[in-house]
Amino acid sequence: MSEKRSLWEYANPRKFMGLSGTLLPWVAISGGALLLIGLIWGFFFTPDDYRQGSTVKIIYLHVPSALMAINAWFMMLVASLIWLIRRHHVSALAARAAAPVGVAMTVIALVTGAIWGQPMWGTWWVWDPRLTSFLILFLFYLGYIALWSAIENDDTAADLTSVLAIVGSVFAVLSRYAVNFWNQGLHQGASLSMDKEENVADIFYYPLLVAIAAFILIFVALVLLRTRTEIRARQLRAYMARERMQ
Amino acid sequence: MVLKVSDLAVSRGGVLVLEGLNFTLKRGNALILRGPNGSGKTTLLRTLAGLQPAVAGRIEAEQDDIAFATHSDGLKPTLTVRENLTFWAHIFGSNHIDESVDAFALQSLLNRSAGALSAGQKRRLGLARLMISGRPLWILDEPTVSLDKESVARFAETVKLHLSKGGAALLATHIDLGFEADVFDVSPFKAKPTDLPFLDEVML
Amino acid sequence: MIALLDRDIKLAIRAGGGFGLGLAFFLIVVVLVPFSVGPKSDLLAIIAPGILWLGALLACLLSLDRIFALDYEDGSLDLLATSPLPMEAIVSIKALAHFLTTAVPLVLATPLFGVMLNLPAEGFVWVMISLAVGTPALSVIGTFGAALTVGLKRGGLLLSILVLPLYVPTLIFGAEVARRGTLGMDIQTPLLMLAGITFATIALLPFASAAVIRINLR
Repeated sequence: MSEKRSLWEYANPRKFMGLSGTLLPWVAISGGALLLIGLIWGFFFTPDDYRQGSTVKIIYLHVPSALMAINAWFMMLVASLIWLIRRHHVSALAARAAAPVGVAMTVIALVTGAIWGQPMWGTWWVWDPRLTSFLILFLFYLGYIALWSAIENDDTAADLTSVLAIVGSVFAVLSRYAVNFWNQGLHQGASLSMDKEENVADIFYYPLLVAIAAFILIFVALVLLRTRTEIRARQLRAYMARERMQ
Repeated sequence: MVLKVSDLAVSRGGVLVLEGLNFTLKRGNALILRGPNGSGKTTLLRTLAGLQPAVAGRIEAEQDDIAFATHSDGLKPTLTVRENLTFWAHIFGSNHIDESVDAFALQSLLNRSAGALSAGQKRRLGLARLMISGRPLWILDEPTVSLDKESVARFAETVKLHLSKGGAALLATHIDLGFEADVFDVSPFKAKPTDLPFLDEVML
Repeated sequence: MIALLDRDIKLAIRAGGGFGLGLAFFLIVVVLVPFSVGPKSDLLAIIAPGILWLGALLACLLSLDRIFALDYEDGSLDLLATSPLPMEAIVSIKALAHFLTTAVPLVLATPLFGVMLNLPAEGFVWVMISLAVGTPALSVIGTFGAALTVGLKRGGLLLSILVLPLYVPTLIFGAEVARRGTLGMDIQTPLLMLAGITFATIALLPFASAAVIRINLR
């Protein structure tokens, strides 16, 4: 009898460990390779922008990390929903695994954003809408991670953090609008607008795509790696609990 | 029949505690749960009360029929006895506390702060709360902890009165309460961890 | 339901410390700000609307962990969960009780603190209106945070970390109403947004809070 193949198979921890173990080296290596290519191409083989000089090259780090910071949160949200609806432990653990990677992406986005803006603003930080929104996202991540760590029971922690992810997502979107409103009339010209037509001519565009692809792959690799660790840790705890029951 | 349990399995903190439970409780009867500490009596009672989901099996009972009581009885020390009781009366949709006050001899204590009561008096107050709920099935977890013999006897009288009026009681207790009731030992129903062939499948 | 509201208010007042604690903290913030930024009246006048909002918000934050903690510890929450009251109603009432016992005194005290911070005359009305419209959201959001951390010992700090980002939209719009109102500018947009957030959280967040309490009682 042939089995119906579906993605849900990988909710089974054993199958997940199998697949992720095979995929991980490939994803990691190709991510690393693309990153090198993207950064070297972007930093050294593109001309300096007439306005922003060479620090604009930081966008090869800033844009991908900013994109991943948001996508990581989105992935956590989806994984949380899958946990709440279908109770797949792998999904819950994947959300938990992704959070610190998301934090790292957010921090990189913040730091590179500040570096990018500094020549324009003259200071290392302004409360412009984009940077501020990322700072708030950083706080959301912190809360999420803190809640996971605070709760002993694994299933309860998964449930609570999932609800937090949902509520947090709504408020994160709300904050974006609030921050835009809040910052009207301030530093209009100096905002870090990353719109393709304006700032990024074609010649900058392709290395940027490479860098984005690289960050995506690196994100996937890191999350796969961390999820595997979380699964092993959870299994160890479960085994110890069973032993105590004997 | 006010409660019927078929093939019930309960868990606490993700760990299976008891399984394969079967029993029935009819109106006018009491059932006493026995078992060593940590055997899962509290988990079972909480599951029956609706606070925890059952892992497997069926519970046939009306949620509205159940009144739950533990030894930490939710009595507010800064409120008087009367205020505590009227609060619960309103919650359960009635206005009368007199019957319960009489049944538990609390008239003289009505205006005293619940914090100033002795252990026995607090327990009587907790049981009065149960009676006020007007619900037939009393689920009690260690109701006679820290009570002296006289209070235990009074407690037993009240339960008997409740049973005679068509109520039912399910209690977990070590103490011999001095009235007739079936005894159900939960120890044989301790959950055995299933053997899984692969470590990789274990999550709980 | 009224019975629960009544009881929680009585408990808050008799417990002593819930009621006055928020006010005392608000006072502390208002007193410390001039020490931090200097006593110049014109500076204080500019930042007064925002400081009043900040002080009220932090004072609300302070009393959040008591919303469920006492009932959780003495078994009341278990009993309420098995009572005829739906959990959504229970959490809403607790949020309302928090609002009445913590937020309302703060709102009423703002004129006094406004004077201490050299708030311009036009500002008083707008600060109070914005706080009156915004603090219900703070209570409801805070109740959600309190529900998340109810079982934890010393969950107060975690509660603050969880709730603070959720407070940002209300704070931004509320403080904007206060600030713009003080300057005589148009306040329609932020006021509408503020009210919208408050109503939406009152209507929707109790469902999340109720689910969280049920999870924590398991």
